[in-house]
Amino acid sequence: MTDALIALVALPLTAALLALLLPRIATALVIFSGLAITASAIALLYGVNTAGALHYELGGWTAGLGIALRADGLSAILLLMIALVMFAASVYASAYFGKASERAQFWPLWLLLWTALNALLLSGDLFNLYVTLELLGLSAVALAALSGKHAAVQAALRYLLVGLLGSMLFLVGVALLYAGYATLDLATLTQVVKPGPIAWSALTLMTLGLLLKTALFPLHFWLPPAHGSAPAPVSAVLSALVVKAAFYLVLRLWLDVFADIVTPTAANLLGVLGAGAVLWGSWQALRAERLKLLAAYSTVAQLGYLFLFFPLLLALPPGPARDVATGGLVMLALTHGFAKAGLFLAIGIVQQRSGHDNIQELGGMVQRLPLTTFAIALAGVALIGLPPSGTFLGKWQLISAAIATGQWLWVAVTAIGSLLAAAYIFRILGHAFGNQPYPHQAVAVAREEWPALLLTLTATLVLGLAGAHVWTLLENGS
Amino acid sequence: MNSATSLPLLVILSSLLPGLVIFFLPEGSHRLRTTLNLAGAFVKIFLVGVLIWGVFHGQSYETRWALAPGLDLVLHADKLSLLFVSLSSVLWLVTTIYAIGYLETSPHRSRFFGFFSLCVSATVGLALAGNLFTFVIFYELLTLATYPLVAHRGTPEAIRGARIYLTYTLSGGMLLLIGTVWLYAIVGQTSFVEGGVLSGLSSEYHTQLILIFALLIAGLGVKAALVPLHGWLPEAMVAPAPVSALLHAVAVVKAGAFGIVRVVYDVYGVTFASELGVLMALGIAAGITIVYGSVKALFQDSLKKRLAYSTVSQVSYIALGTAILGPIGTIGGIVHLVHQGIMKITLFFAAGNYAETLGIHKVSEMNGVGRRMPGTTLAFSIAALGMIGIPPVAGFISKWYLGLGAVEAGMAGWVLPVLILSSLLNAGYFLPILYRAWFRTPAAVWPDEHIPAARFETHGALLWPPIITAVLALAAGLFAAAPYSPLEWASLIAQREYGL
Repeated sequence: MTDALIALVALPLTAALLALLLPRIATALVIFSGLAITASAIALLYGVNTAGALHYELGGWTAGLGIALRADGLSAILLLMIALVMFAASVYASAYFGKASERAQFWPLWLLLWTALNALLLSGDLFNLYVTLELLGLSAVALAALSGKHAAVQAALRYLLVGLLGSMLFLVGVALLYAGYATLDLATLTQVVKPGPIAWSALTLMTLGLLLKTALFPLHFWLPPAHGSAPAPVSAVLSALVVKAAFYLVLRLWLDVFADIVTPTAANLLGVLGAGAVLWGSWQALRAERLKLLAAYSTVAQLGYLFLFFPLLLALPPGPARDVATGGLVMLALTHGFAKAGLFLAIGIVQQRSGHDNIQELGGMVQRLPLTTFAIALAGVALIGLPPSGTFLGKWQLISAAIATGQWLWVAVTAIGSLLAAAYIFRILGHAFGNQPYPHQAVAVAREEWPALLLTLTATLVLGLAGAHVWTLLENGS
Repeated sequence: MNSATSLPLLVILSSLLPGLVIFFLPEGSHRLRTTLNLAGAFVKIFLVGVLIWGVFHGQSYETRWALAPGLDLVLHADKLSLLFVSLSSVLWLVTTIYAIGYLETSPHRSRFFGFFSLCVSATVGLALAGNLFTFVIFYELLTLATYPLVAHRGTPEAIRGARIYLTYTLSGGMLLLIGTVWLYAIVGQTSFVEGGVLSGLSSEYHTQLILIFALLIAGLGVKAALVPLHGWLPEAMVAPAPVSALLHAVAVVKAGAFGIVRVVYDVYGVTFASELGVLMALGIAAGITIVYGSVKALFQDSLKKRLAYSTVSQVSYIALGTAILGPIGTIGGIVHLVHQGIMKITLFFAAGNYAETLGIHKVSEMNGVGRRMPGTTLAFSIAALGMIGIPPVAGFISKWYLGLGAVEAGMAGWVLPVLILSSLLNAGYFLPILYRAWFRTPAAVWPDEHIPAARFETHGALLWPPIITAVLALAAGLFAAAPYSPLEWASLIAQREYGL
């Protein structure tokens, strides 16, 4: 199983270097390494599910000096999501970027991003986490700016500055912890960290940095332009995976490392910000003129739901009830990952075929691009949280935990947010169903349509019907 | 998997799989699409027949699938679900034939029939749902599957009607969801059980249970078109006629009413619900809806809108029946689930025939239509008389039992006036139509005659469905005492509910 741990970092890194050196075979390289990475992620998932959490020290160096890799149920399932989404987006990108020169620029950065994502989820100490976070941010910025258009570069620049500021805050927090406890290993820290000014300020700084990166309301201002102007496959992984990597760290810090430090008040603050994100993001998505902007604001809103879980999880005693709720949180994160990636890919098809993505001018789309429209609708089902999507199960646990702990405010926020989501999704579909003649010759490419469709099907059917396994895995892999 | 665990799932798949294939068929492959549609419909009826036979002989059928900890998707065949399943599978067959004739030449038929099949699959799933969680899933799926059908024509009015429909139903779905989660938070996962499962809870929970009941009924009431949650129904009339037929008789409206029956009988238990005092509230809401719908129907000149408000009124008889404590009222409510379906679908088929054949959309254009289209008008007349409650048509049986049940339960003081007033109003908005159709002289030209009279007054595929359902409506009334009749079946359900 340790092979899979190493392969998940080594494969994309090697492929990135090779793609830089041999641009001509880069596309094939990406597809093959993508398959191998997906296989490794499945192997890791299987291993964690049967044998519990894994731990490996590279070269035998112990924590403190060497690089330690670790994986539990949570990271294993997220790694599989990353592999599947990245692979589908890779297939899509191979058709999306028509020119060889575009692809030559794109693939090395793309694989570097993949490396950073995998490494972040496997890292067990704060310094490595900082490094992977920085690598992730830089490769994401470069990809976002790839089109070279003025708006994209401007948005990417802002993205860069925000990302750097976030990493800086995180690093200061890390330094504080190192000064205080002389260790950066997460497992060790969990045991030694004590309530006090050091822990509190470190947690505050690190959380603040991560919230910037995960674009929690009101720190989301950079996200819509950056995600809205990047090339479609890039937008897909930025929204589905990159912001979630930062969220994953928040989750780790709050629920594992600093579990004894965090207070219900602090968790409530996160919940309030999450509620703000849900309401504001959904409202902005409803008002958006362009499809990509709508999808980007929808990401702001969907991340908000994840933060609603913090006050709930803290109010539940550790044990089965809390585990079930945590499973709901993971379910929401997973479904959103697949659905949003599929949505951005489908929007990319619409944009390429009709030359624009104005929501007002989508009339007749359902006739000309039936599969693409269907993918958008499926993604919409998952974003709203209707059955049979995984979101439905996640939101059920969210509402259930809120009722069980008497926190009715979050129930109301979830209900209003879901209805707003329905409004913005069916605003698209209403236009798409209109019978105005569709002015463009639209022949979709299978290599673009099928990745979008399969991702959204995963979000709606696979996660919805096989969702019980997620809970089992989290339990087995702890 | 043996037949006991797979049969309920197969009943759903018999329409789901053909539906999924149909989506991918090219517009031109008319014959293959029709074959798939009809094959699915016949297979479903056959499977439902097996289910009925088995349940009657004491077999138990259940498909169970865990979706999350403590949340199982359960498909279960009991007497109540079979009543609804057989209604929808028979009417689905008839409606499919009708839709094939109706949409003969219009565009996007593959999309239409695909969603049409999904809609029926969701309805059947909802009927077979073995617990509230499963019910919620199919309730929402039904909303999703019907949206494209309402929006089908793609005109601005169609899109607008579909949007209004969605706004109402999704908001209702949210209330239902919150109520269900709340209930699960108190009692955990429970199946539908005759006689209910909540009566054992201590009285400290009673306030919560009343609030949950309000949430559930409000959520279900949107689809069941309880006043004031009925606003979507007249707006959704923009849909093609087969869709209206489906919405009003088989799927959407019925799903809401069926859900109310489930919640009252198999979650709360009718006796416990009565103790909580929530039955009275439900009965009053139903009574207001019955009268209000009939009054509104009286003033509609558009035939479809008149029928729509008639649905608002008639479906609430089911809710009224559930609100009457006692086996006879229960029988009246449950049997109306079937009777209203058969009669209302006949009316909508006939309305569709008038519009398709002669371009008649308004009551005021119907003078003398009986001479031009005798078959359709005869079917319409039988169903309309049934709605008024004239024997021997099925509607009479429903009203008889409701009235008798109200007397038995000591609620005669207000239920009987509601029933009488509503029947008078029914007569007030249906009899003038019949009078015009049969006794007035026809106009010189019809508004827009595009199917000329040949061997039949209109296409065979349009003519036979209303005649078949009208015959069914007559038969359900004439042979009400025969075994396997809806009335007998409803009596069995009521016996179990009250432990007789």
